[in-house]
Amino acid sequence: MTLKKIAIVAGLGLALAATAEAQTPRKGGTIRMTAPYGSSFTSMDIHTTQRAQDEIFAKGLHRSLYIWDSAEGKPVPELAKEVIVSGGGLVHTFKLRDDAYFHHGRKMTADDIIWSYNRIMDGSKAYPGARFVRVIEGAAEVEKGKAKEISGLKKIDDFTLEMKLTEKVDPGFYFFTALTSIYPADEGAKEGFIQKPIGLGPFKFVEHVPGSRVVLERWDRFYKPGRPYADKLIVSLMSEAAARDVAFRNKEIDTSVLGPAQYVAYQADPNLKGTIVEVAEVFTRYMGMNPGFKPFSDKRVRQAINHAIDTDLIISKLVKGKAYRATSWLPLTSPAYDKTMKPYAFDPAKAKQLLADSGYPTGFEFEWTTSQNESWGLPIVEAIIPMLDKVGIKVKVKQVETAVLAEVVRSGDFQAYVYSQSTGPDPQAALKCFHSSTPQSACNYMSFKNADFDKMIDEAGQTDDAAKRTQLLQKANALLYEEAPVWFFNYNKAVMAVQPWLKGIQLNATELTHQNVEDLWVDETSPAK
Amino acid sequence: MLAFLIRRILQTVPTVLAVVLLIFVLFSVVPGSILSSMSDDGRGPTDPQVVERMKKQLGLDDPVYIRFGSYIARLTTGDFGTSFRTREPVTTMIAKRMWPTLQLIFAAMTFATAIGVPLGFIAALRPGGIVDTVSMVVAVSGLSMAKFWLGLLLMYLFALTLGWLPSFGYGDGGLKYLILPAVTLGVSPMALLARTTRAAVLEIMTADFVRTARSKGMSETRVVKWHVMRNALVLILTTIGLQFGALMGQAVVVEKLFSWPGIGSLLVDSVLQRDIPAVQGSILVVVLFFLAINTLIDVLYAVIDPRIRYA
Repeated sequence: MTLKKIAIVAGLGLALAATAEAQTPRKGGTIRMTAPYGSSFTSMDIHTTQRAQDEIFAKGLHRSLYIWDSAEGKPVPELAKEVIVSGGGLVHTFKLRDDAYFHHGRKMTADDIIWSYNRIMDGSKAYPGARFVRVIEGAAEVEKGKAKEISGLKKIDDFTLEMKLTEKVDPGFYFFTALTSIYPADEGAKEGFIQKPIGLGPFKFVEHVPGSRVVLERWDRFYKPGRPYADKLIVSLMSEAAARDVAFRNKEIDTSVLGPAQYVAYQADPNLKGTIVEVAEVFTRYMGMNPGFKPFSDKRVRQAINHAIDTDLIISKLVKGKAYRATSWLPLTSPAYDKTMKPYAFDPAKAKQLLADSGYPTGFEFEWTTSQNESWGLPIVEAIIPMLDKVGIKVKVKQVETAVLAEVVRSGDFQAYVYSQSTGPDPQAALKCFHSSTPQSACNYMSFKNADFDKMIDEAGQTDDAAKRTQLLQKANALLYEEAPVWFFNYNKAVMAVQPWLKGIQLNATELTHQNVEDLWVDETSPAK
Repeated sequence: MLAFLIRRILQTVPTVLAVVLLIFVLFSVVPGSILSSMSDDGRGPTDPQVVERMKKQLGLDDPVYIRFGSYIARLTTGDFGTSFRTREPVTTMIAKRMWPTLQLIFAAMTFATAIGVPLGFIAALRPGGIVDTVSMVVAVSGLSMAKFWLGLLLMYLFALTLGWLPSFGYGDGGLKYLILPAVTLGVSPMALLARTTRAAVLEIMTADFVRTARSKGMSETRVVKWHVMRNALVLILTTIGLQFGALMGQAVVVEKLFSWPGIGSLLVDSVLQRDIPAVQGSILVVVLFFLAINTLIDVLYAVIDPRIRYA
């Protein structure tokens, strides 16, 4: 009996030890990620591109002042050990890491940050990251060619940097993407830098085969002890979902982004179901309505459209459940999301009533511009047409390419359009798009104007009380729900299949494919040694 | 011969000019631009100030005739311009993609020729026989099968089921990575070559000079080798030449499916992102390749058939 007990205890101990061992990150191996959004990377100069595709490899190669912490759901300092805020929230003093080495062996200092931000503000180059760096005092002057250096950046010493902002915002939201990566000042200006980029990231550059892959290998002097775990990181370009599916099943890749059809197939397959990882990304899908088109200038018409569409049915049948129903503008993962809000009910009778009240008892016709996107484009529009028809609204479809749709939206040349737009991670920035001072071409695509809304956003920007700010943003978000400048469709559910041997995947709500790769590791069952 | 070559090259000049004009005009009128494509993934709006600056920098606001003039001026010096996306010279971008595409096309044509021509020959020598019937069924299937679908089937069979080959990628550019995309691309010209060869051989087999050769007592092997084969080769070579050029365009689908880093995938991405200099450069290279291959085929005619002279 005693022996039996001992055996059971020993067995449990062994099992626990095995579990603990399984959870201990393993050093070595190769991580094989995929870049699914096109057949090429735009450039090895990450300052020049804002495409999600390019940030996948950049997360291995580069580092910015801040980094996105998926567990916390917010940006946290990365290249600074401490941030001291003064000057009424406008001055941020960064105590920088003194153990961050570039891949050519030189230690990072405040000069590199100042050089990188000045580079991004070079007006003759039009770097997309300028929209973030412009929040630093004097950056706009550099952009316009009126100054050579950003006056709001001051080097106190090699590892202390003072940054003066033009408005009271959290700089973390401005300086966490690869667009504001820190380059080495001495190397970054050289012509060959783009061919062999040097960064601060956990992996250093090995090769870029245009149209095929980027290969990186472990940087041994990375500042986080013991990281990265893997020896090598390969990011392969794979834009065809069907080909990715084969490669994933064949264990040639470790991650694969899934579309709606594959999401269903993987859920139904017992061998693949366990590989699914999903997160509510900060993207809101919607139909924007131009108030310049007379019927849409009436709030009741816009509300009627929200009531006339059976959104839940579309999400379940067409999007295959790969989305979360939108209750307003801010997405589920936003810190200012209000869980108590309920979406517009599917109520055609109420929609008819609202149309009658607004002077359109027999409905009207509008032109709906859409792309072919399977999750929020033409298939969705085609399903909605009969729903709107039932309340008397006729739709004329105008189909365009995605790139053209972006132009249509930016230029305001539409009656209605359907789109997927980033609505985070900063709730204040996401809602500011509806502020009347925001130009239509910037992101106030529906030319929204509402004095109460403006006031809430302004107050949220001024207050130092985080709870009050959240409350104000929630109220503003609720006002948007009431005003219904858009048909609130869904929040994207990003879905990725991850091989069982790849550990440490983070549920990044800003973009699931963007992983802090130093935290990823592969166990001994990985076929890539 | 030299005079012929010079004449042929001069003849290509108007063709190239027409193509250049057509591409330029087409991409001047299509909606969308690199600026709109920068934000087409919805991650964030492109900053209006950046947009204005880029317009100026890239000359997008210049009148069409000025843009066309400067494009032609650059072309005459061999400069294809600078990519809007990567900010690299287009010639550099194309140079990096040229070798994988050539590898793919030559491998596909080698496969097509090695299988298609003998198949057509054998089928024609025994018309109506089992080999003829089977090979023609294969040929018709090969011609009618969509490359995307065929590629996926091959991936499932040879990568996933049998585990013999990788399903995607360029790897080190070695043979094992090349086989599946090359076969996918080569099946259609293989089928066409089989049918063309069969038709050509059947026609020649009934020609007067073949009947004469046979009536002189020449063995069937010699008839086929000296009379049928040589005469059929002119038509086969023409088909090979045309297919070589066509494959450059067809490679787009295959390159995208297999993540093969050639000009085809560069072209697709450049079109989607409205990287006009890269689009113009890529199409121009495809056209020049087509013209070069056709000129080469014309030269080869004389080698095969001495009756053809270049006056």
